[in-house]
Amino acid sequence: MIVEIAGLTKVYEDKQQRVTAVDGIDLSVEQGELFGLLGPNGAGKTTTIGICTTRTHPTSGRVSIAGVDVIARPAAARRNIGVVPQFNTLDRSLTVFENLYFHCKYFGFSNSDSRERANTLLRQFLLHERGDSFPMQLSGGLQQRVQIARAIAHRPAVLFLDEPSAGLDPQSRIAMWDAVRALRQEGITVVLTTHYMEEADALCDRVAIIDHGKLLALGAPAELKTTLGADTVIELELRQSDGIQPLIALLENMAQIKSVEIKSGGLRLFAHGTDGLLPEIVNAAQNYGVRDISINEPSLETVFIRLTGRELRE
Amino acid sequence: MSNLSVPPAKSVPYARAFAGLLMRDLRVLRREVGPFILRVGMQPLLFLFVFTYVFPHIGQANAVGGANFATVLLPGLMAVAIMFSGIAAVALPLSQEFGITREIDDRVMCPLPVSAVAIEKICFSALQSILAALLVLPLAYLIPANPVHAHVASWPMLVITLILASLVSGALGLAIGSNVRPQQIGLVFSIVVVPITFLGCVYYPWAVLSRVRWLQIAVLLNPIVYMSEGLRTALTPGVPHMPSLLIVFALLLSLALLGMVGLKGFLRKVIS
Repeated sequence: MIVEIAGLTKVYEDKQQRVTAVDGIDLSVEQGELFGLLGPNGAGKTTTIGICTTRTHPTSGRVSIAGVDVIARPAAARRNIGVVPQFNTLDRSLTVFENLYFHCKYFGFSNSDSRERANTLLRQFLLHERGDSFPMQLSGGLQQRVQIARAIAHRPAVLFLDEPSAGLDPQSRIAMWDAVRALRQEGITVVLTTHYMEEADALCDRVAIIDHGKLLALGAPAELKTTLGADTVIELELRQSDGIQPLIALLENMAQIKSVEIKSGGLRLFAHGTDGLLPEIVNAAQNYGVRDISINEPSLETVFIRLTGRELRE
Repeated sequence: MSNLSVPPAKSVPYARAFAGLLMRDLRVLRREVGPFILRVGMQPLLFLFVFTYVFPHIGQANAVGGANFATVLLPGLMAVAIMFSGIAAVALPLSQEFGITREIDDRVMCPLPVSAVAIEKICFSALQSILAALLVLPLAYLIPANPVHAHVASWPMLVITLILASLVSGALGLAIGSNVRPQQIGLVFSIVVVPITFLGCVYYPWAVLSRVRWLQIAVLLNPIVYMSEGLRTALTPGVPHMPSLLIVFALLLSLALLGMVGLKGFLRKVIS
């Protein structure tokens, strides 16, 4: 295991309040894996990454990365860690090339090795024409690419990406995904946080769903989705939702429907197969005024809703 | 190249990382040589011009402690240059980096203890301070109407004072930069930097303050006093000055105190 997290907690305390940001998380990530921490804002993802990357002291627990205890030996641990934080931390006083070059110098590369590594990265990330630009002259998507290039410049074992697509336009997001996928060919383990379930779904080998600092579910996206026991999610919007219990009972009795959940303005049905099901549902619900009915494949979003009763993006 | 092995000797990678940080700062400074010279040179230039060139010409020549004003002023202006350079090299950029740009993050993630990143800031600032102080020397020879009576009376004292004073100023810059929010930096400038400069025995030797006894005692808390007096001891021994040992001790004490406050603030800002 390249990343091992055991019994991790972090409590922020001041005079006014006491906030438990991370509440007993155990996790391990395998070498070469693309691992996602999925959860809403404030779930404790960034704090977890902060602890893994030596920037936050945990209240209790243990994290080791590539065999190095990050709490006991932070300076040594940083050799194995690459980080792309949420905010842009490129050195604005240096050019793009120099950002990469000096990063290598910080990690003990010789002048010529640093120059070579910086040039290689510029080519690899299609930035070779922008080497002499200053970071603030680049678009957000390009800045993000420079940040990723810099984060892996010292060949870390694990790359941490905190909300990598926050603030990126859709096109840059896809480009970023490609860049991240390409990293795994180099054998770099990637741990990313996101509150976009599409991102977790599209990128990650395994996903940990986190809410209120607790680990709720862990597994491959496809695996997590099958835990719903359904292959279809039907959203039913109703005009009237008072006295809805008889309808729920009726629906629950249908063979294809695995479970029924109340949501605002209607019901959410988890079904297995849809053949002939929709007319039955519409019939059953006609006294409640069907406004809309939609069919979706289960997503990590529905998994999250199932686990917490809330939507991922509020 | 193996990523996973951790080299047994810590000091070598630490030294390399530290050297990398210094080289980064040198690169940035090299790019801004012009603005740097203007920044550190403008104040002593104007001071010397008004007080030691214009004043004698309009009949306002003044002498303090038995020496002409330019001679008294030279070490004082060097001390001010050292101090302002520390503020400009560390406090202002650091406050920005913590508050707005968060750029310091990439250096905090270097493979060396976080406190070393802060110490590098102090060292690099000290280097700039020394350059700033040396820049005052040619100005002091070129501008004043009456010649400055300075010669190096004690090289060790000059070197020790220059280095210690520069480190103290870097530590002060770190203490301010890592404890003050960028919005308040202007305020701190007015209520801390300006007073300690004016009351730093820059324009008069400490000894003549005996006529304002309470002030003479109060300013002993001001590190600039020891910078000015130390340079006076080394460069203009004809002007009354404090004993060397006291100066060195006070500068060391200031360095320890300000360094501690600065490091603590820095660590609090980057590690939660």
